[in-house]
Amino acid sequence: MATTTAAPGAPTTKIGQAALEVDDRLIVAGPLRRTLNKVFPDHWSFLLGEIALYAFMILLVSGTYLTFFYDASMEEVVYEGVYAPLRGVEMSAAYESTLGLSFDVRGGLLIRQIHHWAALLFVAAIVIHLIRIFFTGAFRRPRETNWLIGVVLLVLALLMGVTGYSLPDDLLSGTGLRIISAIILSLPVIGTWAHWAVFNGDYVGTEIIGRFYIAHVLIIPAILLALIAAHLLILVKQKHTQFPGAGRTEHNVVGNRLFPTFAGKATALLFIVFGLCAALGGLVQINPIWLWGPYNPAQVSAGSQPDWYIGFLDGSTRLFPAWDINLPGDYTIPALFWPTVVGAGLMFTVLALYPMIERKLTGDTASHHLLQRPRDVPVRTSVGAMALTFYVVLWISGGNDLIADKFDISLNAMTWFGRIGCLVLPPFAYWMTYRLCLGLQRHDREVLEHGIETGVIRRLPSGEFIEVHQPLGPVDEHGHGQLAYGGASVPKKMNQVGGARRAIKGFFKPIEEPAEVQRQAELEARGLEAEQSDRQTISSGRPSEGGRPSEGGRPQAPRD
Amino acid sequence: MTTTDRNPGSAGGDRASGPSHGGPDDEYTPAQLAAMDRTELDRLGARYDGVEVLHVEPGPVPGSALEKQATRQVTMWFALAGVFAVAFLVVYAGSGWFLPDWEWEVGAAPWSALFTPLLGLAMGLSLLCIGIGLVQYVKKLLPHETAVQDKHDGSHFDRVTTGATLMSGLDKSGLPRRKLLLGTIGGMGVAFGAMLIAPLGGLIKNPNTGNPLGTTSWAEGVRLLRDDGTPIRPGDQQPGSLETVFPAVAGGNFQADAATMLIRLRPEQQLSEEPREGQSDFSYGDYVAYSKICTHAGCPVGLYEQETGRILCPCHQSQFLVTQGAKPVFGPATRPLPQLPITVDDEGYFVARSDYIEAVGPTYWNRERI
Repeated sequence: MATTTAAPGAPTTKIGQAALEVDDRLIVAGPLRRTLNKVFPDHWSFLLGEIALYAFMILLVSGTYLTFFYDASMEEVVYEGVYAPLRGVEMSAAYESTLGLSFDVRGGLLIRQIHHWAALLFVAAIVIHLIRIFFTGAFRRPRETNWLIGVVLLVLALLMGVTGYSLPDDLLSGTGLRIISAIILSLPVIGTWAHWAVFNGDYVGTEIIGRFYIAHVLIIPAILLALIAAHLLILVKQKHTQFPGAGRTEHNVVGNRLFPTFAGKATALLFIVFGLCAALGGLVQINPIWLWGPYNPAQVSAGSQPDWYIGFLDGSTRLFPAWDINLPGDYTIPALFWPTVVGAGLMFTVLALYPMIERKLTGDTASHHLLQRPRDVPVRTSVGAMALTFYVVLWISGGNDLIADKFDISLNAMTWFGRIGCLVLPPFAYWMTYRLCLGLQRHDREVLEHGIETGVIRRLPSGEFIEVHQPLGPVDEHGHGQLAYGGASVPKKMNQVGGARRAIKGFFKPIEEPAEVQRQAELEARGLEAEQSDRQTISSGRPSEGGRPSEGGRPQAPRD
Repeated sequence: MTTTDRNPGSAGGDRASGPSHGGPDDEYTPAQLAAMDRTELDRLGARYDGVEVLHVEPGPVPGSALEKQATRQVTMWFALAGVFAVAFLVVYAGSGWFLPDWEWEVGAAPWSALFTPLLGLAMGLSLLCIGIGLVQYVKKLLPHETAVQDKHDGSHFDRVTTGATLMSGLDKSGLPRRKLLLGTIGGMGVAFGAMLIAPLGGLIKNPNTGNPLGTTSWAEGVRLLRDDGTPIRPGDQQPGSLETVFPAVAGGNFQADAATMLIRLRPEQQLSEEPREGQSDFSYGDYVAYSKICTHAGCPVGLYEQETGRILCPCHQSQFLVTQGAKPVFGPATRPLPQLPITVDDEGYFVARSDYIEAVGPTYWNRERI
C-alpha cells in the first residue's frame, strides 16, 4: 500500500482518490476514455435522429406521469367532474379519467398536451431522419441492418400513435377505432376471426381500450426501447457516415470528440427539444377531447382527421375506388382491404427492402462511409421524390374534406384530384427531380472549370465585355480549372472562399481589435484547409476511383 | 483471525494493483506518465483510441473583452432559465394560494384559462434558455477542435479464430454426426415453441356463434326511439329531415350496429323514389329508414344533404342516394346502406317490421353468406 501511494501519478486530490477507488472496482477508465474520445461528425442533418431520441425520452417521462391518473376501463360511468358542459353525461371510465387528468389534476393538462406534441414530433423526426438517410445514401452497406431497424421503429411509432390516441375513448378516437375494426374485418378469410380475437367479440365490446393500453404502455415501448438500443449500438460500432470534404475519407471520421464539444451540443439539443414540446404543450391546444364528447357509435363529427402520421392511410382509403372483389362461393375481398392492409404493407415492405433493391439493381456491394449529395445520384433522388410525392398526395387527400370546405372546392373534385394526382404527379416529380439533379451537377462542374462569378465586368481592348471568374484552384493554359469534383459542396459565392472579412464582434462598440481579427483570419487560412489542400483537397481517399466517391452504377450524367 | 486464514480465499489477496493489462501500461511507466502534462496525456489517450486532434482553435483569450462578453451572455441565459423555472413553481404552487384558483369552470376567472399556457410558457422558456445557453457556451467559450478518428473494418484474425472456436464446439458436441439427436432437438424445438404460444389461443373466439354480425336488436314490433328515448309518430318530422333512431331495447342507443336513420322524403323525392328490388314495401308513406353504419368502414354516415338527397360519410366521403335505395354514388363504398322495413303500430308509433334483411356495417370475407 505504501508503495502505491508513493507511486508517481497517484491521485493527490480527494476526487482523484475517489475515482481511483471506483476504477479499482469497476475498471471503467478504459471504456470511459474511449467513449469520451469518440469523434462525431459535425453536420446539422445528423441531429435529426437525435431529435427523435429526445422526443422518445419525453414520451416515456410524460407518459409515465399520465398512467398515474388514467383508467383504461370501458365501464360506463356518469361524469361528475368540474367540466360543467359534460356533467351528468354517461361515458366510459377511460374518457372520464382523461377528462379528470385534464381538469382536476394540477398541471395534468400540460403534461397530456406535452405528451401529444412529443408524439407528433417523434414520428416527424423519424420520418425526416429517414428522408435524410435515404437521399444521402447512408443506408448502403454496411448499414442495411440499421436501416431495417429504423423502418421497424417507424412502424412501431405509428402503432404507438394509433394505440395512444385511441385511449381517451372520445368521439374522434372512437371513430378511428371503428375504422381499425373495419380494417381487421376486411382481412380475407380470417377477418372475422381476427376481429373477434382483437376485440374479444363484436365491435366495440368492453376489452379493446384495456388491450390497447397494455400494448401502448408495455408491449410496444419495450420493443421500441430494445430496438433503439440496438440502433444506437450498431451506430457506435459502425461509426458515423460523413459528407466528403477536406481530409475526410472512407476510413476516418472528422469532427468533434464526444467530450466536451459534442456532449454540450447534444445536451443543448435535448433541452431545446424538451423546451419546444413544453411550450407547445402549454400554449397550443391539442386534441381537446372535452369538445369531442364521449364515444358513441351512432355519432360522428365532420372533419374527423387522425393525427398527421396516419393521414396518408386515411387518404389512400378515401381515394381507392369502390372495388369489392366477389369470389365464387359468395366470398368477398372488401375494397377497404387494398388501400389499408395491402397499400401500407407494400409501402413499408418496399421501404424496408430498398437497400437490397438498390444493391441488386446497381451492383454496388462496396462498403460506404462517405455520403452522397442527392444531386450526384439522380436516379435514387428522383425515385425518392416520386415516393414522397405519392405520399404527400395521399396525405393531402386525408384532409380533402377540409380543403374542399375551406377553399370552397367540390369534395368530389378533390377526390378525383387525389385519384389522378397520385398516379400522374409522381412520374412528373421523377422527371423534374432528374432534370434538377443534372442541372446542379453541371453547375458544380462549370464552377470548378471556370471559377466563381465575381460580378466584376471587364472590357477587353477589342471592346468585348467579359465577367471575371475566380478560379478555385490551379488552372491549365486555357484558364480552365483542374480540380476534379469530389462529391463535396462547391463554393459558388466569393464570400464562401473568403471574399469578405469576418465582421468585428460587439453590438454597441467593437470588442475586438480589427488587426487581431485580420491576423486570426490569416492564421485560419494557413490552418487545416491549407494543410489539407497540399494533399488533394477533396477526394474520397480512394485514388482508384479518381477522387470520386463510388459511382454506384448510377447512370452517368453527361459532362462537359 | 488465524482460523479464517485457513479458508481458501480469505487469506492473501493483493493489496497492490494486479499485473498490468500489458499494452500501454508496459509502454508507459507511471513515472513517464507523471512527467507529462494534462494536454499531452489527453492527446496520448486519444491517439491510443485512434483519434488524432488535427487542429485546435483556442477559445477567447482569458480576460479579453470577447471572453467577458461571451461569459456574460452565457450567464444571462442560465440565469433566465432559473428565473423561468421559479416562475413555473410560482404559478404551479401559488394558484389557489396567493394567486387565483387554477381550476377551470365555465365563466371562471381568466387566471384558470391562463394557468396551463403560463405553465407551458415558463417551462418551455426555462428549458429553451438552458439549451441556448449551452449552445452559446460551446460556440463562444470552448476551443473549437477538429479531430479525426480511424475507422476499422472487421479483423480477419478475429473472424478466423472465432469461427474456429464455434466450429470446434460444434464438432465436440458431435451433433452433425448424431442425426437422430439433432432431429429430436429440432422436433422438440417446434413443439416447445408451439407450447409457449398456445396460451394465446385464449384470445380466439368463434365469430359465427349466434350470428352476431348478421343480426341487430331490431325485430318485428320494436319501436323506433330517438336518442332521448321518445317514440316517433308519422308527422313528427318535417319533410326532408333526418332523425337518428335506435331500437327500443335496453342500451339500444349505445349499440354499435343498430343506429338507423329515419328520413322523411320530400314530396318530389317520393315521386322519383326507386327502391331496391323487393324492398318497395320497406318504407312507410314518405318515410324510409336506412342503417346509419357505413358499408365501407363502419363510420356513422352523418351528413344528409336534403337538396340532392345524398348522405355523406364524413370519414371517407362515400355518398349514398336516399331516393334510390341508398345506393353508393361516389367514394369507396360498394354496397347500399341496408334498409329497415318499418310500419306503424296500433298506437301510431313507428316500429320495425323485422330485423335488417342483410348484415349492416363494413364488408368482410363471408358477408354474403350470413
